[in-house]
Amino acid sequence: MNIRRADESVEGSATVSTSFEPEVLERLERDAKEIIARYPKPRSALLPLLHLVQSEEGYVSEAGVRFCADAVGITPAQVTGVVTFYTQYKQHPVGDFHVGVCINSLCAIMGGDQIWRELSEYVGVGHDESTEDGKVSLERIECNAACDYAPVMMVNWEFFDDMTPDKAKQLVDDLRAGKQVAPTRGAESVCSWKQASRVLAGFNDGRAGEGAQAGYASLRGLQLAKDSGWAAPEPERGAE
Amino acid sequence: MTTLTPILTKHWDRPDSFTREAYEDDGGYEALRTALGMPQDDIIQAVKDSGLRGRGGAGFPTGMKWGFIPQADGKPHYLVVNADESEPGTCKDIPLMMANPHALVEGVIISAYAIRANIAFIYVRGEVLHVIRRLQQAVAEAYEAGYIGTDILGTGFDLELVVHSGAGAYICGEETALLDSLEGFRGQPRLKPPFPAVAGLYGGPTVINNVESIASVPAIVANGADWFASMGTEKSKGFGIFSLSGHVTRPGQYEAPLGITLRELLDMAGGVRAGHQLKFWTPGGSSTPLFTDEHLDVPLDFESVGAAGSMLGTRALQIFDETTCVVRAVLRWSEFYAHESCGKCTPCREGTYWYKQMLKRLEQGQGSEEDLDTLLDLSDNILGRSFCALGDGATSPVTSSIQYFRDEYIRHFEMGACPFDHAASTVWAGEK
Repeated sequence: MNIRRADESVEGSATVSTSFEPEVLERLERDAKEIIARYPKPRSALLPLLHLVQSEEGYVSEAGVRFCADAVGITPAQVTGVVTFYTQYKQHPVGDFHVGVCINSLCAIMGGDQIWRELSEYVGVGHDESTEDGKVSLERIECNAACDYAPVMMVNWEFFDDMTPDKAKQLVDDLRAGKQVAPTRGAESVCSWKQASRVLAGFNDGRAGEGAQAGYASLRGLQLAKDSGWAAPEPERGAE
Repeated sequence: MTTLTPILTKHWDRPDSFTREAYEDDGGYEALRTALGMPQDDIIQAVKDSGLRGRGGAGFPTGMKWGFIPQADGKPHYLVVNADESEPGTCKDIPLMMANPHALVEGVIISAYAIRANIAFIYVRGEVLHVIRRLQQAVAEAYEAGYIGTDILGTGFDLELVVHSGAGAYICGEETALLDSLEGFRGQPRLKPPFPAVAGLYGGPTVINNVESIASVPAIVANGADWFASMGTEKSKGFGIFSLSGHVTRPGQYEAPLGITLRELLDMAGGVRAGHQLKFWTPGGSSTPLFTDEHLDVPLDFESVGAAGSMLGTRALQIFDETTCVVRAVLRWSEFYAHESCGKCTPCREGTYWYKQMLKRLEQGQGSEEDLDTLLDLSDNILGRSFCALGDGATSPVTSSIQYFRDEYIRHFEMGACPFDHAASTVWAGEK
């Protein structure tokens, strides 16, 4: 049984997709209040609010759109206009593990195209599609700022560096088998899509301390400088 | 010979480098104490004197940008950090925020104090979960230490700092599109003028700076403008992180004075991968015109790269060897621009669409030299006629590839197919 919000029109069809259960709504409203309080103007909270509703349902449903519209005082159409602009907001459910393969030029050339081809065939789903068990979805992603580790993949926006077609298939097998999977540079294990969305909404999950501070490629220049005895000039004493 | 100068990257090899404890242990937040004891205008002057220019690609002098903020106007001022690193090939801010988020946070506090802002935002792209965690944690630790909040270190200066995650849109790296996005709208660029310094976030005076620019501020305050200016070239002072990727033996981050050359950097990175030769490269991301092996000795500073026909951009050095089909690389970049065009202006929206359609055909060898003239004509209708730099950037790979590799396009047409074996370009080529 769904409860309509008091300010919702009576004609609005009260199905699961258009409104939240009261206890969910109460929780979301509490979080929304906290998000909105961060900003000088409520509408600035829209992007994190959309991450928030995505953390509840795994995608931005009609209920999610309405919730955000109410929260910041704009129309559902205005919210939808924003949702459709940004690729991270999904308008239909994605897998618990959303797997991205970078196919921008550099990664594609270094092997990303072959990874995508083999992985997509292996998993049996294409771009923006999910497996029937709902565990995994695939996306062709653009440059994710990890080019020194090409070819790069992402799972729920955690880095999987230096991938190969075989490693990619093993990764998806492990995810579907429910095994704990560790990103190359990130937390000790990949969290769920919904949990990741909650972090994007601005709620610290306390896992920042996990994982390495830097990957090997990030340290190459520093290492070479140390080995070669190179350093920045010393500041003069008495500088301003 | 130019050598590396680790400053921002100096402590990245410390396993706890991202914690406040480690950062303070290595002298972090001392510059903040110094800065808060200085008159604001002196900090702005120091940044001007240092010669620091924006590290996000355009290279606008940072201190001058700060100086445009009208002072004592009674309006709230805003500082916004552009951490939406998405330019293809660019991968410096992400490792910086992962390993050393406190350098950015300290830079934010000093910069906000200087421009008299009491609210600051770090707009970070949403596709980097662990970096967002590290930023959130660093900001929380800075609040705990009293470096952010009310009456910071007893100086009476108040600052709130919000980490704001984007949601997947390259265009939001354009500063005014970023502001629209931060205000909760579709991220589309605004007409300039007015510039953000006059009418930015919520119509108020706003400074928007790249991560690396802001993270460089504590070192300038601590060591002095002269120290910073002692590195680099006459008009491109200081240091920057150079990101080598692609067909290079040891890809990675190399922090060096501006003006270093690719030849020097390649030497440090072990050269182009074994058995292969350099074919083409980007000096600063896909939006900067391609260079070839003719350009190995161009000093990588704003002026020299510009004089040689490209742009320093974000120092994203994507290296491609002779196995790479340039038409394929350009097609993929063009598909990227078509996907990321915000749709606001016609030249970019339609132009990038037609790039994509044409290059797809040409890459398969279905075309003639006449098509190259059409591509160049199309480029003339995008470059300088687009609303923002995204459209201009989209023309760079197309026009520069035709300039240097016209013959390769023609070989595609003659063969009626791509003459390259794509498998030979992969990391695992030659294995098995």
